[in-house]
Amino acid sequence: MTTDAKQKPVEAAAGHPGTGVSVPNRTLPLLRTEKLMLNMGPQHPSTHGVLKIVLDLEGERIIKATPVMGFLHRGVEKLAEDGTYHQFIPHTDRLDYICAMYNNFAYVRAVEKLLDMKVPDRAEYLRTAVAEVQRIIGHLFWLGTQALDIGAMTVFFYTFREREVLLDFFDNLCGARLTTSWYRIGGVENDISPKLVGDLYQFLESFSEKLDEYNALLETNRIWLARTKNIAVISAEDAINFGLSGPTLRGSGVDYDLRKYEPYGAYDKVQWDVPVGKNGDTYDRYWIRILEMKESAKIVKQCLDQLPPGPYMVEDPRVTLPQKDKVFTNLEHMIRQFKLFTEGFKTPVGEIYCGTEAHKGELGFYIVSDGSGKPYRLKIRSPSFIHMGAFDYMARGYMIADVVTIFGTYDIVMGECDR
Amino acid sequence: MALHPTAEKIQGKFPEAFVSSKEWRGDLAVMIKKEAIVPVCRFLHDDAEMNFDYIVHVSSVDYPEDAERFEVVYEFYSIRRRRRIRIKARVTEEDCVLDSVTGIWKGADFMEREVFDMMGIRFNNHPDHRRILMPDEYDEGYPLRKDFPLAGKGWRDTFEFITEGSHKKTT
Repeated sequence: MTTDAKQKPVEAAAGHPGTGVSVPNRTLPLLRTEKLMLNMGPQHPSTHGVLKIVLDLEGERIIKATPVMGFLHRGVEKLAEDGTYHQFIPHTDRLDYICAMYNNFAYVRAVEKLLDMKVPDRAEYLRTAVAEVQRIIGHLFWLGTQALDIGAMTVFFYTFREREVLLDFFDNLCGARLTTSWYRIGGVENDISPKLVGDLYQFLESFSEKLDEYNALLETNRIWLARTKNIAVISAEDAINFGLSGPTLRGSGVDYDLRKYEPYGAYDKVQWDVPVGKNGDTYDRYWIRILEMKESAKIVKQCLDQLPPGPYMVEDPRVTLPQKDKVFTNLEHMIRQFKLFTEGFKTPVGEIYCGTEAHKGELGFYIVSDGSGKPYRLKIRSPSFIHMGAFDYMARGYMIADVVTIFGTYDIVMGECDR
Repeated sequence: MALHPTAEKIQGKFPEAFVSSKEWRGDLAVMIKKEAIVPVCRFLHDDAEMNFDYIVHVSSVDYPEDAERFEVVYEFYSIRRRRRIRIKARVTEEDCVLDSVTGIWKGADFMEREVFDMMGIRFNNHPDHRRILMPDEYDEGYPLRKDFPLAGKGWRDTFEFITEGSHKKTT
């Protein structure tokens, strides 16, 4: 608010009526108010990367919020057209770098749909289990950072303690903590060892107690309640109209979960529920994420219980990559590896869209194939980008301090948003 | 070959706008004329039997050899009926303008801006028709067109290269 207003004199009361006492005539400055434009970001610590928002303010109230994006634009869709299908898998890690596994999963599913490929049962169970572990990591990350952003720092240390355990699990599984690239077209990169299965079981045993710990920190925390309840409210109708997905949509009471609607992996072979909110505010989304973590833990446990024996990779020499140990010892496999990476494999001519329920929302890949070894066009439907489309609508009328809650509520990651 | 029932309904309702339909890998794709994009989308959204209330994505594909060079792709989903449809429309390079569907799905706003940014296809009646991912002053063209080189057209090479220590004051 500007205070360099013209010092307009205001007529103060000349005197108290009936008393006869005269009051000195004071001149009060009249504050001229005007709209203020405020740039928030791109270096703001709570923008989860590099997001800039131009806020039009009236006092502390937001009357318009314009997201300015693209600071992290790397042209991933253009890069996809230049590489083979296999070569794009590491690029997907960098989309939503918090949850690389799920991006891998969404991408390989899309390519498998294009190829009309059936994946072995063991691979499906492994994929589902690991994807759900990734979902737990994603939600833990969300919970920690969201609480940190709006003033509850302790939760961050607790959630990252568990996240660390799971990242170590990824490290042991595939050698990387964040940029995993563990999924392969036609299966997964390597089998899970009995020791790792044991590790996961051990983690799951104590996980629900850990969830109670986070809730104990937040459930009755007045600051958390005041800053999440009735903040970033969106009705079910509007949420659908804007194309929101994931917990952001389910918070508004829409039972839309692709894992249930269009089951893939082993989701239709295990028992679990879709938590749905009521009020469509940040607080409901917080509960949905907490409940989803519980459901994920259930799914992981059932997947490990039911894990069938058998191959973890399709045996289709035209498409799938050979085993690494064979590449180094066997000439035929080395040639195959070389050809798959230089020419790629031929895909049928056509186009598909394949949506996957990542922990942020519907992550979809639209692939147009012209029959060559490279995608002719690859479009990524990233939930973060589409959620930002609703930002202006959801932020209007709230205070500046709520901006952090509002983009936190989508769980955005700019790597995926800007691609 | 018999048409998919949904495609048949679109054909029955808009006989002059319907071009073709194809079902592949379980995805239904309907090609329509670009003039009819808003009425067809309005029908898909409002009709009780169609009920495509959810917009999934808006995308575009470039076919430089074709007379109608660009293909704009819309993907819709019906949450109640749990089915998808893909609507496609072709535009020429000289006249790459379509009517915006932001009046039907508010979520189309950013998606159409991205199509404009990446492929240079314009949308009539769009509330905020600007670039979205590339900088506003970017004038090298549209990066996802097939004639755009992967390394860009040289704009990046003009950036000042900041070497280590160059920001420090020299005494």
